[in-house]
Order: sequence, then C-alpha cells, then structure tokens
Amino acid sequence: MHSRSISVLLSVMLVLTMAGAALAAPPIKIGALFAVTGPASFLGEPERNTAQMVIDEINKSGGVKGRTLQLITYDTQGDATKAVQAATRLIKEDKVVAIIGPSTTGDSMAVIPVVEKAQIPLISCAAGLKITEPVKKWVFKTAQNDSLAVAKIFEHLKKHKLTKVAILTVSDSFGSSGREQLKAQAANYGIQLVVDDTYGPKDTDMTAQLTKIRGSQAQALVCWGTNPGPAVVARNAKQLGLKLPIFMSHGVSSKKFIDLAGDASESIILPSGRVLVADLLPNSDKQKKSLMAFVKDYQKHYKAEGDHFGGHAWDAVMLLKGAIERGGDNAAAIRDQLEKTHGFAGIGGIFSFSPQDHSGLTKDAFVLVEIKHKDWVLVK
Amino acid sequence: MQLTEQLAQYVLSGFSTGAIYALIGFGFAIIYNSTSIINFAQGEFVMLGGMLNYFFLTTLKLPLIVAIVLAIIFATASGVLFERLAIRPLKAPTPLSLVIITIGGSILIRGLAMLIWGKDTHSIPSFSGSEPINLAGATILPQHLWIFGITLLVIGINKLFFNYTITGKAMRACACSRKAASLVGIDVKRMVLFSFAISSAMGSMAGIIIAPLTMTAYDVGIMLGLKGFCAAIIGGMSSGFGTVLGGLLLGILESLGAGLISSGYKDAIAFIILLLILFVRPQGLFKKTETERV
Amino acid sequence: MKREIVKFLLFAISVMVAPLIFKGGYLLNVLVFVGIHTMLAVGLNLLLGFAGQISLGQAAFFGLGAYLSGILTTTYSVNPWLAMALAALTVGILAFFIGFPILKLKGHYLAMATLGLGIITYIVFNEAVDLTGGPSGLSGIPNISLGTFVFDSDGKNYYLIWFFTLVTILLSLNLAHSRVGRALRAIHDSEVAARVMGINARLLKVQIFALSAFISTIAGSLYAHTMTFVSPASFGFNFSIELVTMVIIGGLGSIYGSFLGAAILTLLPEVLRAFQDFDIIVYGLILILITMFMPGGLIRGVPTGLTFLLSWLKRSRSANA
Repeated sequence: MHSRSISVLLSVMLVLTMAGAALAAPPIKIGALFAVTGPASFLGEPERNTAQMVIDEINKSGGVKGRTLQLITYDTQGDATKAVQAATRLIKEDKVVAIIGPSTTGDSMAVIPVVEKAQIPLISCAAGLKITEPVKKWVFKTAQNDSLAVAKIFEHLKKHKLTKVAILTVSDSFGSSGREQLKAQAANYGIQLVVDDTYGPKDTDMTAQLTKIRGSQAQALVCWGTNPGPAVVARNAKQLGLKLPIFMSHGVSSKKFIDLAGDASESIILPSGRVLVADLLPNSDKQKKSLMAFVKDYQKHYKAEGDHFGGHAWDAVMLLKGAIERGGDNAAAIRDQLEKTHGFAGIGGIFSFSPQDHSGLTKDAFVLVEIKHKDWVLVK
Repeated sequence: MQLTEQLAQYVLSGFSTGAIYALIGFGFAIIYNSTSIINFAQGEFVMLGGMLNYFFLTTLKLPLIVAIVLAIIFATASGVLFERLAIRPLKAPTPLSLVIITIGGSILIRGLAMLIWGKDTHSIPSFSGSEPINLAGATILPQHLWIFGITLLVIGINKLFFNYTITGKAMRACACSRKAASLVGIDVKRMVLFSFAISSAMGSMAGIIIAPLTMTAYDVGIMLGLKGFCAAIIGGMSSGFGTVLGGLLLGILESLGAGLISSGYKDAIAFIILLLILFVRPQGLFKKTETERV
Repeated sequence: MKREIVKFLLFAISVMVAPLIFKGGYLLNVLVFVGIHTMLAVGLNLLLGFAGQISLGQAAFFGLGAYLSGILTTTYSVNPWLAMALAALTVGILAFFIGFPILKLKGHYLAMATLGLGIITYIVFNEAVDLTGGPSGLSGIPNISLGTFVFDSDGKNYYLIWFFTLVTILLSLNLAHSRVGRALRAIHDSEVAARVMGINARLLKVQIFALSAFISTIAGSLYAHTMTFVSPASFGFNFSIELVTMVIIGGLGSIYGSFLGAAILTLLPEVLRAFQDFDIIVYGLILILITMFMPGGLIRGVPTGLTFLLSWLKRSRSANA
C-alpha cells in the first residue's frame, strides 16, 4: 500500500520537475571569438578552454539568476576577414548578447566597427593599447595594456641606471604593438634605444640580430615576443656569450618558456600577471583567491598549466557574469553594468572600468619576476 | 666588437642555417630528378622527423638512437603512403594538379600532426651537449657540427647511390626520360616510389638533427620547405654539391642581410634571390644550360 | 550566343533578387564575401584556366588593392573612387612589366616565382609598419560613397560589390568567346603551336596577367572599404591557395564554375564550423580528392557524375527486367 503511494508521489514529482524544466527561461547566449588555430593558437586555445571551463562551472552552480549561459565559440584563425564574418554570424544569426575575445589586436581592431554598429558589448582579450584608446562605447578589454608592461620594465631599467637599450621584437601583432610602446615611452625614462631590430614569428636563428646587438653600445636587451621566438633568442644569446641583462615581455610568462629555453633562461627578468607566481603571493593579496582557484581548476580540467592568456578569458567571462547579474540579459544594460565595474579582483589584475577607461587596469597589474634555477622569483 | 668578428659570426651562422636548407633542398632535388614533380609537402617530412623524434624520445622515453631510427622509419612510411595514395592514382598529372595535390598533402599532414600532437612547441636536447665552440671569434654549437657532418655524409651516400648502384642509375634514367627508361625495362612506378621514400627519409633526418636547435612544432615545415626549395633552385636541382652550395649561399646571404641591412625583411631576401635566379638563370648557378624538346 | 546572354541575365537577376530573400541576415554578409571571392576567382581563372599559367601569388594583387586604397584614403584623404582607380592602374601597369620576365617561366618554376612574389609582398605589408600599420593592420578606412549615398551596410555593399563582379563576369565571358579567348586556349594547349600559328603568345600572356592583376586590385579596394580594416594575415600564401582551390573546384576555364567554387569555399567554413579543429584536415582532403577524381571541377564533374549515375541506374534496371 505504502509503496504504491510512494511511486505515485515520485511520478508526480517527476512530472512537475519536467514541466518546470520546460518552462525554464532559455539560456543567455554569449559569443566568443578566439584564434584557436593558426599563428595565434597559443593565445586562442587556452582562452577557449578557460572560457568553456568557467561557463560550465557557472552553469553547474545554478547559472546566473537561474538562467544558464551558452557559449558559442568561433575560430578566427588569426585572420581579420574570418573574424569579421564570425562576429557577424554571432550577432545576426546566433543573436548573442555579448562577445568575448578576439585573441589578437589585429582581429580585435577588425571587429570593432561591427560591434559598434550592432551595439553589442565586446570584451577583447588582446593586448594592444589602441583597442580601448581612444575609448569606444561598446569595447572593453581584459588583457593588460602592453603600455603597462613596458612601463614596468623601463622603471626597473631606470632604477638600475641602464639607459642604452637594444630592443628585439617579433613582427606580429603582439610584437609590433609592444615595439610601438617601447619607442613611445623610452624618452620618459631617459632611455635611448640604440638598436631596434625584429625577427619573424617562425624564425629559428636570431644570431645575426644578436651579433649586431653585441657589437652595439647596448647595456640591456628587451625582447618582446611570444613562444618559441624568445626561447631561441635566449639560447642564441647564451651561445654568443652575450653579457647583457635580458628582459622579456609578459608574452613568455609561462613555464613553457623555461622548458624551451632551458639553462639559457637563467636571470631573465619579465613583467608578469600575478597568475604565474600565485603561490608566492602573500595571503593578503586580493587576487590570490581567484588565482589559486583558476590555476587548480585549469590543471584539473586540461592537465596543463593555467596560464596568463587563459586568464584573460577567465576575467572576461566573470566580468560578464557580474554585469548580467546586475543588469539582466539586455546588451545595452550589460554594457552599462560593465562600465560600472569597480575593484573586481580577477586573474589579470584588479579591474575598475569607467566611461573614460575601458581597460580597467593600472601598472600594478604586473609584477616583475626573475627566473632563477628554472623557477620564478619576485623581483623587489 | 670589431666588424671582422661580427662578419665572421654572420658567415658562420649563415653556414649553419645554410647546411639545413641544403639538406632539405636535397629532398626536393631527388624527387624532381626522378619524377619532375615538385613536392610541396617536403617541408612536412622535415617536421615529421622532428616531431616523431620528440614523440619517441620524450613521450615514450626511448633511447636516442632508437628514437631516431623509428622516427625515420615512420616518416619514410608516411612518404610512401603519400605517394601511393595521392600521387600514383593521379589520372592527369599536369604540373598544376601535381602542385595542388602536394599542397593539399602538406595541409593534410600538418593538420594530422596538429591533431595528434597539439599546437605546442617542443624542445629536444642536443645530441652532444650545448657548450658553444669558438671559431675565429665566432661561436657555433656542437649541434651545428652534427648538421655539417650529416649533410656531408648524406651527399656522399647520395653520390655513391646514384652513380654506382643499379637502382640509382635507374632513377637517373627516369629523370632523363620516363618513356625510354620503361622501354629498357625499368619499373618507373617503383622508381617514383623509391624517390619519395628516399626523399622523405632525408627530409626527416634533416628535421631530427635541426630540432634541438630550432625546437619543433606542427607548423615548422612550411618556411623550411620553401627555403629548402630556394636552395635547390639556386643549386640547379642537382643531387650533389650544387644544392649544398645553393643552401650555403642562401644561408649566408640571409644572415648577412639580417645583420647588415634589415632583420625584418630577412625572409624577403631568400625569395628575392629565388626570383632573380629564376629570371636570370633558371637552371641554377651551378649547372650547364639545358635544352627543352618541343 | 543567345544562350549565353540568357544564362547571364538569369544569373544577374538571381544575384539582384537574392538579398530580398535573405533579408539582412547573416547570410547576406556571407554573400558579400562570395561576391568579392567570385571576382577574384574569375580574374584568376582567366590566367589559370584559360591561359594555363599557374599563379600562386594572386593574394598579393588583392592585398595591394586593399592597402593602396586603404592608405590613400586614410593617410592622404584621397577620394575612394580616385584611390581605387589609381591603385588598379598602378598595379595593372606594374603587373604588365613584371609579367614579361615571370611568364618566360613554365610549370613549377612559374608556380614558385609567383609564390615568391606573393610572399615578398606579404612581408612588405607586415614590415612597413609606418605605412601599412604592420601586423596590427590599418583601421579607419572610410566606406565608399556615391555623392551623399554611403555604402555602409551589408545590403548596400552587396549591390556595390556584385555590380563590379557582374561586370567582371560579363567581360570575361566576352573575352572567352572572342578571338582572344581562343588564342588563350591555343596557348594553353601548346604554346609553341600557337606561336607557329602567328599568335603573339608572350604579349598575350602578359596582357592576361595584367588584366587578372587589375581585377584583383579592384576587388581589394572594394574589400578595404567594406571591412574598413585590413591586416596582412588576409593576404598571405594561404589565401592564394584558397583562390586557386576555388578555381579548380569550380572548373578551370569555366566562368560560372569560378562562382561555384568561390561560393562553396566561402560557405565551407560555415559548414565546417561543426568540425572545429578538424576543418584543416577536411580542407586538405578536399583539395586532394577533387584534383584526383574531378580534375575538370564540379561544373563538369557533377553533370558527368549525374549522367553516369543515371545510365548506371538504367542499365541495372534493364538487367533486372
């Protein structure tokens, strides 16, 4: 007798739950543009992985105000034409309320006209200063401006009275953006650029450029690029017996760089987002909690190091989450709420947006680290 | 730092990269000489050599020699497979269709490598340490010596093979005239297969010995293949010293250009040289003029 | 001849009507790019399919058009129409003069030379940062306008681009059915025989090379004003190969085939999105399979395949009867 009433009760509960699920609100659609394949895949792949991971987690813990988030990712292949086509598809076909990415400055600049016209908020994960300067109403970014990284390095150089500097930058979007900043800010720190050379993203030998630098008056070398180029530069420098202090960009702030450069990585200094040295930070650091969670999560999900670039996507998704929580699922409301974000402790830094500042970070977003015995050490 | 020391370094570095280009150029020359096909996928065999070696060495943790031999075997097998599946069944082997098929093949091989091994760059330890060696004020690494040595060895073996063995001579006969060769009883199809096999073996060997210096990833084949091709053209598609000289010349000019003129346009130098050679002396710098039958 | 005119009119009408069916949706944006790619493919087909000259560097002319228009209209505030004309003329003349030494080469050597040209051009786009904006590209390129009418939406750009594309198709059809077209085909078959017959093969090849470059440059200018942004990555070796693939898939020497090839290859990434990282493999496979089994392209392969299928069905039915 009892068992029959129990099964009736269970069936009623089942029906009610199913009805409830059917009546639940549709998911909130978020678009993502990442360079998952192609020359910038070292950016796009960790970004896509991270974005998906975070969205899954948000959905698992109940979504945003009871609604699930749906991430629609398209691969731009690092090509501006494909980025524009994908952005148009996200907006017109998939009807997303916001877009995160793209991964590169080039792709970002290409889609800005599209999102400005369609009035959909964009949170770019690329480093170029010109993405948010001058400010565009619908465009934000989570990657630290390369201008901040340059400032950090130049500050250090000035402190140590190294005024004649050689720069070696990669001839892609990341490198040329950095080069612009290096040239623009040198005079502010009393620094003279005695050599301004470049190398190609797939080059395997930089001894010619380094020989030229060795023969110049340079007192320090700043190399701006992403793996594997800087590793080759480091190794070549060691081969040539180059005695200059070497500085790299945040483009190589990952264990991968140390793997590739091996012994040649010793004593190299670079600015890095705090994610690299999460475990070295004091507990009082406001970002430490998010950082440790991100690193552990990524390691669990993808069996790889949660790096600097994945962090940009993490920040983008979490910023969106906050904006949706406060403003609902309307594109204009999301944009307004994003602009009001203040003191958000993310992976890349502590974000505070304003109508004049859509990049939200200061140079404290970076810490200066040095490689000692194949591990990171904070530079005082 | 005196100018002479700088120049010495440019030349020596150029020599090292040049030897790499020469080794890759051989692969092009061998296939071209037996089949008149330019194998655009040649660079991918170089990539496969390095990636397979990394796989066997680091993932499967096999000893170096075993890893190298296995890498060459697997790369050669891919070369043979490629010839069998993509080249041999071709009904209308016009230059255009061959170009497209080999390009398609290179895209396919690259895509497979990307799926299997991911997009990361990997480093491989040098064969015999990485202490720089000083030579007249310039430095090279022990791995560079390996590259020189193996390149010379390969040329030597090639010369012996093509000049003193029946199979080698048969392959040269095919290069001269396929019809005549088949008339004297040479199995032309098999010679084509051999040329692909030898070529992919050599390409993978090149990839294996340069990987400790350049690191390896799924897309290193593209540029290396193109530069190797330039070396072969400069050398006149010869299977001997011509290509070596072509490669060395290319490497040195690139290095000098990067150091003395502009590092950004370094790659353009290789292709400008290519264009000049093609315009002015298409048979290469080191070969006598050929005539073409109508 | 009448058939050709009817075919073209039907095609043109379908092109004009299409946006009314695909009202302002995402597909309209794709069709804009199909238009640009068709123009490029038709231009390349004249060189590749009719004259039989392999060119692996077509993206260079496309890029030159885009960058010249872009630079002239942003840095020097030149009127877009004037910039487009200047760019096309300059590149056309340049191509004419480069054509002489380059087209002396044949087969693989020609392929490599055009490849080299393409790569050198790409490197210049990438390295001449002060002029081209370098790897991060050139932004802020104005939309094209006709008086006060600005072409600033997908719908408007569609008609602008397809106007030029239809003109290109008309011109090419005209060319194909003229003495020049026959001369080109003669050169393709056997250059020596054509020469013997009195055709100035050398000059004709160079002229077609220059015409092909001219068309591609105009396509590049239109592209720049539609996207309002250009970056070097879109004009590299990969895109040159894509263009050759379009021509081959459609069918060498078939103008409408080039449209088919362009349409398929522009729509393909949309279809392949489902495959994620596998799309690069699928692309390589398509190249290999089409070259092996359908060397005449789809425009001939599909009807042939269908006839073959029908006759096979007929045979099996009569066998069973």
